[in-house]
Amino acid sequence: MAVIFDKPRSLTDVPFSFCGGCAHGIVHTLVAQTMDELEITDKTIGIASVGCSVMAYNFFACDMQQAAHGRAPAVATGVKRVHPDRMVFTYQGDGDLAAIGTAETIHAAARSENITIIFINNAIYGMTGGQMAPTSLLGQVTQTTPKKRTVESQGYPLRVSELLSTIEGSTYIERCAANNVKNIRATKKAIKKAFEIQKQGGGFSLVEVLSNCPTNWVMSPKASMDWIESDMMPCYPLGVYCDKSAERGVKFDA
Amino acid sequence: MTHSIIIAGFGGQGILFTGELIAYAAMNEGKNVTWFPSYGPEMRGGTCNCHVTVSDTPIGTPKVEQADTAIIFNLQALDKFESKVKPGGTIILDSSNVKRKVERTDINVIYMNAADEAEKIGERLLAGMVMLGRFQQHTKIVELDSLIGGMNERVSANRAHLKAINEKMIRRGTMIN
Amino acid sequence: MGTKVLLKGNEAIAEAAMRCGCRYFFGYPITPQSEIASYMAKHLPARGGVFLQAESEISAINMVYGAAGSGARTMTGSSSPGISLKMEGISYIAAADIPCVIANIQRGGPGLGGIQPSQQDYYQAVKGGGHGDYHTLVYAPWSVQEMMDLTVLSFDKSDEYRVPAMLMADGTLGQMMEPAEPPPFQDPPNPADKAYATVGTEGGRGKNIINSLYLDPHKLEEVIRERYARYDIIKEKEQLCETMYTDDAEVVVAAYGSAARIVATAISSLREKGVKVGLIRPITLWPFPQKAFDTLTAKVILTVELNMGQMLDDVRLAVGGRIPVEFYGRPGGVVPGAAEIADQIMKLV
Repeated sequence: MAVIFDKPRSLTDVPFSFCGGCAHGIVHTLVAQTMDELEITDKTIGIASVGCSVMAYNFFACDMQQAAHGRAPAVATGVKRVHPDRMVFTYQGDGDLAAIGTAETIHAAARSENITIIFINNAIYGMTGGQMAPTSLLGQVTQTTPKKRTVESQGYPLRVSELLSTIEGSTYIERCAANNVKNIRATKKAIKKAFEIQKQGGGFSLVEVLSNCPTNWVMSPKASMDWIESDMMPCYPLGVYCDKSAERGVKFDA
Repeated sequence: MTHSIIIAGFGGQGILFTGELIAYAAMNEGKNVTWFPSYGPEMRGGTCNCHVTVSDTPIGTPKVEQADTAIIFNLQALDKFESKVKPGGTIILDSSNVKRKVERTDINVIYMNAADEAEKIGERLLAGMVMLGRFQQHTKIVELDSLIGGMNERVSANRAHLKAINEKMIRRGTMIN
Repeated sequence: MGTKVLLKGNEAIAEAAMRCGCRYFFGYPITPQSEIASYMAKHLPARGGVFLQAESEISAINMVYGAAGSGARTMTGSSSPGISLKMEGISYIAAADIPCVIANIQRGGPGLGGIQPSQQDYYQAVKGGGHGDYHTLVYAPWSVQEMMDLTVLSFDKSDEYRVPAMLMADGTLGQMMEPAEPPPFQDPPNPADKAYATVGTEGGRGKNIINSLYLDPHKLEEVIRERYARYDIIKEKEQLCETMYTDDAEVVVAAYGSAARIVATAISSLREKGVKVGLIRPITLWPFPQKAFDTLTAKVILTVELNMGQMLDDVRLAVGGRIPVEFYGRPGGVVPGAAEIADQIMKLV
């Protein structure tokens, strides 16, 4: 019988502990498939962050470090400087990366640190129970914006890919989404490209993945996937925001 | 035997380096020595000083409360440190820059036009080297050869052209009364 | 003779660290410790290492976390306000059981405070600092020679026990120059030799995780108790203390670091006058050198610190009411003279 799908070798046997319908599991799988395909699992060190992505250290089969809230790019920098021949990635959510860890993110990009960041943007703090994230949308109801996020009170959502694309050190920044098969396939392609860039010493890469949080958005999984398309994408358009891979000497197989 | 020194003046007059050369020479002669600088905004504000202690026995605090010798480069330094010299101690004063006289009568004072002398030799800002020569000749705390040898080692590579002139200045200092 | 070098205390730390195999330094500028970073920046790349000026104290300590977890000898340096910022990272490092060295060249505080020498961070260093049940090894040099020797010891003991080590000095020790004999050169450790290190699982080694999260409280308790068992061994084996003239002393002064230097000057002058005064100088602040205090027979102990009285608590605990303990301190970066300390001693004679 032909195997049409198998668990990537780069995932452990620990079952995902994510809520039903959450796309974290999908993105984990994409990262793991990438490691399988590039045959780098045993040469990779992953950095888990704080929030729903914290348990990544249990799920990925490669060596892992668990970082303090927002500090994953700094920890990744320490790892990469000791082991420049290893692949180093971080897996971070929006609160971690775009609020408490903004400085670490921006400066890792400015140094063109040769690491890859997988950035899950689901417009909310998931693990702590649905508080406003820097990426929460205007009008979004959260535990800490019970009467909707307003410009007057909380200001504007932060567009991370756009922001990082202005930084000279950023080599490759792409925003994808994990809401349907087509977008998930594109996300996989972007993640693989980001890892390829790192493998060839191309510098800082970040793949932002628009994702969902059915639990804290209080939606069915299907409705949450639709909401990514209808509400998030107008604020966070998909696309490649920066790609200096060619000028930084990265070559891709045809 | 313990000899404590305060060196004080403007930043840029080689205050810290002058002290460093005494410390380095003392080390090379097998003596105990400490060197402690003023640091931080005080330096940017213009005044600068360092404390040097040379001793045959282990040295405790590097901070000099009462100096055996004070090497003074400007008026602010004289105002601040005139009272910090032991009775019977010595102030070596660059009178090309300081016009007032030392008021205390219980200490020795050596007035010398160090900056003017340094200018004659080639660089007014190297007055510290002239003062250093005078200090050596007066105190004999370290040997002249150790000072000059040490200077040749401690001057950084990008200032190597100053070695010869520094030596000239130090030697000139030993000859001024 | 001839093998000694004349360096600032800060530079001595950096030189000693490189000589004992530290090849990764992550720092952020702050007075009065900046020479550690600038010396590293000047010399570390030439010795095959990495100097990186981080965007913040917080990033610097987290880079240390990453490098330490990857099996390297690594360190950072800062001064009081910067050390406060690093405390989160130090708690994580302690909780992840990875070795590193943190130099604290203390200045006056609290808040932005000042930049002159102080010992205001004693509580922070020995009573925790960051959140949680943990300790760091705390070494308190009092000379440029000890800045070197204790840097090497900090790395060695941190490695041995997988406990972060702090080198507690201050502006006086960081800025002063004094002859010192540098330690011998050692090769950097091979990260792959560290069983815990994340170096990649290549070659079939099992997956390593550097982590401090334990959602099961019973598991977390077990981990903490294992760590405290190591702390007990450290307390038994690693106490360091120096005493001077304590055999016949009626007054013993307890002081560490640069404060002890001032006290030593005061004691020398008082001994010349026949005053029976001695010094007990903790070199490890944690573990506190309890054993040395157990053997003291003085009539009174005077604790002298450059703060409002912090080690004082540990001295009182150490003597357990057996000997009365008095205190004299100057906070805020004021450095007392030896005569001032001698006056205080004479009040107790």
